[in-house]
Amino acid sequence: MKTSLESKIAQICIVIGLTIVALICSYPFYYILIYSVSIPSEAVRGVYWIPAGFTMQNYIEIFRQNDILHAAFISVSRTILGTALGVFCTSLFAFLLTQQRLRFRMAIYRLVVVTMFLNAGLIPWYVTMVKLGFKNNFLLYIIPSAIGAFYLILVKTYMEQIPPALQEAAMIDGAGPFKIYYKIIFPVSMPVIATIAIFMAVDQWNTWLDNFYLADIAQLQTLQKLLLGYLADQQAMVMSAMSKMQQQSSNSVKVTPTSIRMTITMVVMLPVLLIYPIFQKYFVKGIMIGAVKG
Amino acid sequence: MHIERTQRASNKVPFSLRGKTLSMETTLSLMVAPFVIFILVLNYLPLLGWSMAFVDYSPGISIFNSEFVGFRFFKEALLYTADFPISILNTFAMSMLGIVFSVVPVILAILISEIKNDKYRNILQTATSLPNFMSWVIVYSVAFSFFAQDDGIINTFLMHFNIISTPTNLLGNKDIVWFSQTFFSLWKTAGWTAIIYLGAIAGIDSELYEAARVDGAGKIKQIIHIMIPGIMPTFVVMLFLQIGWMLGGTSFEQIYVFHNALVHDKIMTLDYYTYQMGMKNLNFSQATAMGMFKTIVSIVLLFISGLASKKLVGRSII
Repeated sequence: MKTSLESKIAQICIVIGLTIVALICSYPFYYILIYSVSIPSEAVRGVYWIPAGFTMQNYIEIFRQNDILHAAFISVSRTILGTALGVFCTSLFAFLLTQQRLRFRMAIYRLVVVTMFLNAGLIPWYVTMVKLGFKNNFLLYIIPSAIGAFYLILVKTYMEQIPPALQEAAMIDGAGPFKIYYKIIFPVSMPVIATIAIFMAVDQWNTWLDNFYLADIAQLQTLQKLLLGYLADQQAMVMSAMSKMQQQSSNSVKVTPTSIRMTITMVVMLPVLLIYPIFQKYFVKGIMIGAVKG
Repeated sequence: MHIERTQRASNKVPFSLRGKTLSMETTLSLMVAPFVIFILVLNYLPLLGWSMAFVDYSPGISIFNSEFVGFRFFKEALLYTADFPISILNTFAMSMLGIVFSVVPVILAILISEIKNDKYRNILQTATSLPNFMSWVIVYSVAFSFFAQDDGIINTFLMHFNIISTPTNLLGNKDIVWFSQTFFSLWKTAGWTAIIYLGAIAGIDSELYEAARVDGAGKIKQIIHIMIPGIMPTFVVMLFLQIGWMLGGTSFEQIYVFHNALVHDKIMTLDYYTYQMGMKNLNFSQATAMGMFKTIVSIVLLFISGLASKKLVGRSII
């Protein structure tokens, strides 16, 4: 019975400790949420657990801004197109690497693995990208990320577990490699493909370094980079956005720089905030597939 | 049936391409060719750029017309600049701190695994791993909303309750930068890393716990003698990987978003210095030399680390 009391106290301590940790990890997002729906002038006094007043005006103002609207379009486009291309290329390449009959199969695979350790460096990468024509080109967002060593290895490892009988049956029927890929292997690999699709989508949504280095025209700015601009360049960007909003809006709700920042942050966070809790188990399963079988 | 068996026995599987029948090998080779070219062009072609480190290169002038200078830029960086050694120091410091605190996700995982309620455990996992999927821009925005001097919530709170009279400027304080960056990095990644460890914990044979309990071992003894050895392989791999990545440990994105003039001296990592040299000062040669340095040293470190890992615990990193 002594141990029972000890273990109960231990459980309570652990629960309290972990709850604090969980709050530290999640409260900041909640804070930004309630601030973004608070009336800006009242929020200045301090927002802690509930919004200060309630208004959607911040969001309305944000989406009236052309640069934000367009950046949202770019981010969504690159996420959809980049993920689609990435899933197709990665899964097809992985499939090809599982084919015993592929010439130089091992050499090609090693070539890919080495890229995880061999990094030419920022400047050589930059120069190569420019020479390939990726500067200020939307394709920059979807082509270079189409194949990544990590996801490739993940998918290949999964595919290697597929019973060879399935493929042999198809080959007897005279199917070529591509048919085997899209009729059999791709559908059967759905779990791991769904996993890399989610990871790639989140990567696409979060990536801004390619934008940062290689795209300086307004039409190609992504939401992440735009947000960074609003955060870093407090004076210029935010003030100009504010004055535009004052002019456009007949509403009495006056926006503050902070409420603008909070609202844009919220917009950029929202997709991941919504998707992740729902699909969390797929994220975890996916990594486990690779870890256990790899 | 007889015909099909013959087909299977031969090397040729009928696959039509404009009427011609190609063998399986040829088809596969054709299909894989674009991907191989992709890998070569995007990952290996840039390596040719390393030649820029050995000539006095200016953007615009062909590399063949540039003056060959040998190892001048390497020597200059190591011996004559103050910033290069400083950047190495900062990188090293933050990487070491990261390694020291890499036990945090392990402890987190062990504690989470002790929660009996499945639902609550799930909520904990989701909540703590959520920051990992936010970009560093978002993390900075969150940090800014909390710690900003003007209207960060921390300062608003402390001032409101008269705990302090002047606002703190955490994000501009260079003396704590190494620790604050380690904290933000932990905040972002600990939860997700813990999930990886939780996977390792789940893989431990439950019979081991039974046997220990029968032998009279309490919870703590069970953790020490079963759970920790069970996680050890995963932890060691992660540890030696981190040691190998000593020079590249801190993400450039993290450093860039948190960088400002006040903390520059302590937050500037090798990556940031390379960026500054190459993209802002347009000193391509110098920056390429530094990139080369980082890659080569990292490969050597990884190799040594891998050997040490094999010798000490019998497992390699790959």
